[in-house]
Amino acid sequence: MSETPVWAQLVYLAAAVLFILALKGLSSPKHARMGNLLGAIGAVAAVVAVFFYADLDNIIAIVVAIAIGSAAGAVGARRVQMTQMPQLVALFNGVGGGAAALVALLELGNMTGAGEDPAGFALVATAFTIVIGSITFSGSVITFAKLQELMTSRPVVFPGLPIVFALGVIAAVVLSVLTVVEPMVTVGVVLSLLGLLIGVLLVLPVGGADVPIVISLLNAGTGLAVAASGYILENTVLLVGGTLVGASGTFLTLLMAAAMGRSVSNILFGALKGGSTLGAGVASDRPVRSGGPEDIAILLGYANRVIIVPGYGLAVAQAQHTLRELVDVLGERGIHVDYAIHPVAGRMPGHMNVLLAEAQVPYEQLKEMDDINAEFKQTDVVLVVGANDVVNPAAKTTPGAPIYGMPILNADEAQQVVFMKRSMRPGFAGIENELLFDPKTTLLFGDAKDSLGKLLSAVKAL
Amino acid sequence: MSEAVVWLTIFVLSVFVGIEVISKVSSTLHTPLMSGANAIHGIILLGAILVTGYAEDTVQLVIGLVAVVLATVNMVGGFVVTDRMLQMFTRKKPKPVKAEQNGAGL
Repeated sequence: MSETPVWAQLVYLAAAVLFILALKGLSSPKHARMGNLLGAIGAVAAVVAVFFYADLDNIIAIVVAIAIGSAAGAVGARRVQMTQMPQLVALFNGVGGGAAALVALLELGNMTGAGEDPAGFALVATAFTIVIGSITFSGSVITFAKLQELMTSRPVVFPGLPIVFALGVIAAVVLSVLTVVEPMVTVGVVLSLLGLLIGVLLVLPVGGADVPIVISLLNAGTGLAVAASGYILENTVLLVGGTLVGASGTFLTLLMAAAMGRSVSNILFGALKGGSTLGAGVASDRPVRSGGPEDIAILLGYANRVIIVPGYGLAVAQAQHTLRELVDVLGERGIHVDYAIHPVAGRMPGHMNVLLAEAQVPYEQLKEMDDINAEFKQTDVVLVVGANDVVNPAAKTTPGAPIYGMPILNADEAQQVVFMKRSMRPGFAGIENELLFDPKTTLLFGDAKDSLGKLLSAVKAL
Repeated sequence: MSEAVVWLTIFVLSVFVGIEVISKVSSTLHTPLMSGANAIHGIILLGAILVTGYAEDTVQLVIGLVAVVLATVNMVGGFVVTDRMLQMFTRKKPKPVKAEQNGAGL
């Protein structure tokens, strides 16, 4: 392999700086788009540079492959609905991990074929990339299948799964050591197959509500695999880019797990111990108070302070636009309305913000949990649309409940609570919500879009 | 300083930078952040191009090209979809713009 010339190394340095600026920019809505653009410029510059210094064969085939990948990626990214964003991110992450594993396998072939004595560290990095890349690939595919509902989103556990998983991990460690001591391509191939198996077994027992955390974790994993491949190929931009993603992804995973009041290991292995978010999932027949759109319209129309708690049900019904119209009308009546966004509302952390932004809700109206929780006490009406678990007081009051310890929105502290629900079926966590039976709660049954439409006309008629 | 230590240094410093740059991120942007970070690790495309460019037989070439396609999907798709999401966050209220246009037309 030819040496990387100084000018190319400087391009890589610039690309690495642009990646840092990209992540930095993504921290605030103002600079985020520019940040993302900088990251893209850095990536393109680094990729273009390699064609100018490396003495590559097969250039036409490579360019065609890039064209195919670009078309597929761009079309997928343009066509995806915002509700399907989590599975798309999972898929893009998976293919990145797969690519890293393939690169490491080929590099292992080069190392063993060249007759040189490959360095120990490079072999450690190679084994690492093969295993982690394969895990993130198959893990992401299963994640995609769960979110796309190609398979059940409930935890899948079969007897002996922990044992098979443990054996797989042990075998992977043994073969990794073997790869370092006595590098062979066949061992590398077996190692990648083991990685695929571990990835599947890792994600199968994770329940639907926890899948987002797993996406974030796998994302971090791919980052680290790419970083390791940067060491193998002696390429700084791969090392820095991969490490940035690995570190920030790990940190983000921990932040999200904290927002759900659970540890990462509990999320991954909870189902194996029987302590998962898997609840009964049956509808209750206890009496509740339900009201018509006109009743709710009066509650809302004569309130001073209203907080909306949107959940994934809102997005499923594609009712974001109707909800925004309702909020606009309430705003015109001089009512102070905000949206309270739970960190894990939707199917992915921050997902609800994206869905509401798509409906042109100004992000100033989107309040984070910690900022708005103190305000529920002074709130006249809380309107919960398609959400359930994130306002379930059991998280605070019932030790032993699957969601116990998860920080929730304090909707129960408001004067009045209105739930818009399709049915009495419990939420993702599968447990009953006591707030539904509270005397200050009114339920409006039906499809969210339908109900919001009726509510909107009723408020306009006031 | 031995070469391995230089790489280790870059790695460790990058870890701290990675944590530092996102430590103040608001949960509003968690989804675009994940998606944007996802796009950045698509830089593995560079590695895929290198190994494919040095492929010595057909098997290596095919595997390399598969890696190039996968990595490009990751990188291009990641940046495009992140941009699409962020565009919605930066969009201005359309109303005043429309009013101006109407005024100009009269």
